[in-house]
Amino acid sequence: MKGYSFLSLARQALNRHQGWPVAWRTPELKKNYDVVIIGAGGHGLATAYYLAKNHQIKNIAVLEKGSLGGGNTGRNTQITRSNYFWPQSAAFFDHSLKLYEGLSRELNFNVMLSQRGLLTLAHSLHELEGIQRWANAIRINEIEAEILSPIEVKKLVPLIDIDCRFPVHGGFIQRRGGISRHDAVVWGYARAASAYGVDIIQQCEVTALNIQSGRVTGVQTTRGTIGADKISIAVAGHTTELARMADFRVPITSMPLQAMVSEPIKPCLHTVVMSPVIHMYVSQSDRGELVIGGGADLYNSYAQRGGIPLLQENIAAVLELFPAFTRLRLMRQWAGIVDITPDTSPVMGLTPLQNLYISGGWGTGGYKAIPAGGDTMAYTIVHDEAHPLIEDFGLARFETGALIDEGAASGVSH
Amino acid sequence: MLRIDCPWCGTRDEVEFSFGGESHLTRPTLDASDAVWSDYLFNKDNPKGIHFERWMHRFGCGRWFNVARDTLTHEIHAVYEMGAAKPDLAVKDPDS
Repeated sequence: MKGYSFLSLARQALNRHQGWPVAWRTPELKKNYDVVIIGAGGHGLATAYYLAKNHQIKNIAVLEKGSLGGGNTGRNTQITRSNYFWPQSAAFFDHSLKLYEGLSRELNFNVMLSQRGLLTLAHSLHELEGIQRWANAIRINEIEAEILSPIEVKKLVPLIDIDCRFPVHGGFIQRRGGISRHDAVVWGYARAASAYGVDIIQQCEVTALNIQSGRVTGVQTTRGTIGADKISIAVAGHTTELARMADFRVPITSMPLQAMVSEPIKPCLHTVVMSPVIHMYVSQSDRGELVIGGGADLYNSYAQRGGIPLLQENIAAVLELFPAFTRLRLMRQWAGIVDITPDTSPVMGLTPLQNLYISGGWGTGGYKAIPAGGDTMAYTIVHDEAHPLIEDFGLARFETGALIDEGAASGVSH
Repeated sequence: MLRIDCPWCGTRDEVEFSFGGESHLTRPTLDASDAVWSDYLFNKDNPKGIHFERWMHRFGCGRWFNVARDTLTHEIHAVYEMGAAKPDLAVKDPDS
């Protein structure tokens, strides 16, 4: 891999940008791999990258039924944060945020991480107490969180109306939280993994798993059968469908999560603003678009579009808090299918089948977990044992009852 | 927007209804193992296709009923009462 640098940019500029090498290879599919990863989204590609980098496994295929990063990795609202309530979640997601903080350098690819702060609002005294409890739990988890008064909120976000139908009683901010560019994250991992020799195979859908006496031996795909010593599933909303191929059941419901962007405007919002109770969050991308999201449509769906009622509710909440935004037009609206678990924490680690691993149940918050998800799953695949950071996130918790009921997982309540 | 045909009130917009998750679940006996209870409580069918599910007409008659809905197209194939068996949808295949 030729590194990107100021020098390479200057050289290419003199060359009229005609000589840039392709970012990742388009290899021929081999008959056998040490590890096959199903799903070339952020989690799948990060897993492949850390397998190659940290564990020196190079004979890896990442299979993708559509195009690289075209699922939820390209559909989320690119927020990174680690303001979680329970110690297990905080440890895992802060590991992820720390990896994000060094990711541009690590991948030699600018992921445009902007730690502009993530503000969570309270609209009543009860909510303020709830938010104080949440912020204190974060501090106990050794992650910073700062309570802000309504005046401080107004100072930070001048366009906000703190005296509206949902009066702002205060909030808390995680200053290390923020946004990054989701496409850059997936492209960066793809490029770095490909340079290690990982085969990224697009337009290759897995149709069945080959299983022999409780052990997976390969996958059947639309491009033929592939043998694999180990297989890992990272398919977001379609986790249940993959688990069905392996004949086990998962505690997952697939639902659409909508997002939308406005037309681009000059910088006016310098923080990510979230309101868990009125179901909205908004940030401004580097392109100037306001990126808006809210709660999930609360019924099973695999249709990658959201319902109008929820969209209306979401927009109404944003406009109530930011009256100036009423003049904007929406440019795009879309939905991704998210796999939500009963405790809104992910399902990671081993499965009932030998040599089959799972990384799913990311629900509405998988993007921020990409680096740590890849890092810990790579360890789990190599050692056939859950990484210490994800021990508690296994499927077994639904039988033992040790759920990690993470209300903070979604950022908005469901 | 779903348009749901409440068996008692007629066709209304989805905002009047609450979703109640998968239907036709049978509570295990009290001496069931942890694995059986866990499966009953947490695991879902979550199909990509026809889903048999419960809805309640929250801002209407307040009654529960079953719906057979395609999770890929959102098309509602059948509405039937609580306690009734799953309808045979073979004759209602949209492609036929």
